[in-house]
Amino acid sequence: MSLEAMLVVAAVLFCIGLYGALARRNFIAVLMSIELMFNGVNLTLVAMGRWLAPYTVQEQLSAVLTGQVFAVFVITVAAAEIALGLGIVFALYRTNESVDLTDAATLRH
Amino acid sequence: MWFEQIVFWALAAVAIGGALGVVLVRDLFRAALLLATVFVAVGGFYVMMNAEFLAVVQILIYVGAIAVLFIFGIMLTRDVQRGNAPNRLQIPAGVISALLLAAMVFTAVTTDWTTLAGAGRENQAQIAQTQAVGIPDATELTRAGLSAEEVESVAGSGLADLLIGDFVLPFEAVSLLLLAAAIGGLALARGRGR
Repeated sequence: MSLEAMLVVAAVLFCIGLYGALARRNFIAVLMSIELMFNGVNLTLVAMGRWLAPYTVQEQLSAVLTGQVFAVFVITVAAAEIALGLGIVFALYRTNESVDLTDAATLRH
Repeated sequence: MWFEQIVFWALAAVAIGGALGVVLVRDLFRAALLLATVFVAVGGFYVMMNAEFLAVVQILIYVGAIAVLFIFGIMLTRDVQRGNAPNRLQIPAGVISALLLAAMVFTAVTTDWTTLAGAGRENQAQIAQTQAVGIPDATELTRAGLSAEEVESVAGSGLADLLIGDFVLPFEAVSLLLLAAAIGGLALARGRGR
């Protein structure tokens, strides 16, 4: 287990999520893919903090944990995003009777 | 060490296999369950990187709340029979993701992270800390030549100190964001006219 291996795994997760977010038609599948991307980013943040953070003793190791603090914020924002995303899913489903994104063209033109 | 390697690669296989399942499996419900599996595997990575608090948060929020919300969403919208179909962008999306992945893997593998990590790290205590993980324990710091009060100040600091100390402004901002998102989600789900 090294920084490189962790970064590669995180990158794979992120890119699979990116593919899913771009290529799926179901709104909920797209939201799930975005969650995969969030997880890849979080892994990168924590791995960078774990292996790379430059810090001094006088600063009480705050730099080591900064990556984890960032990850906490990302998780919070992800939770907020899901709350809003599912609200939009239900609004879309009420008007369109489907959550297919290719049908959701109301705002186009 | 080899045990750590085995656990790491097993978790990596679960995470990547699950992630592929999320984007490729036709049945959305199974995709949501696979997503929960990926979340658990990522929680395992956090434990391996000594970020235990994050691992707990990951299980509680991602598996406990977000995955369950997804399953609710899937069940309530009843679009299950149409499944997880791809759109016309499938091939460009695959190409873009593969190119991005190649670039990121290339960067991760070829960058010399050791010089970056070594920058500004002169004394023995700091080197000992990098080998320790997260918050190093007291015996390791004492061995590295720190005085008793320095050891105490290091061991006493943690995520909470950072969240309520240095990061208090983003902490408050994100609480506001959560409130706004909760109200916005309610307003959207309630629909207009009522």
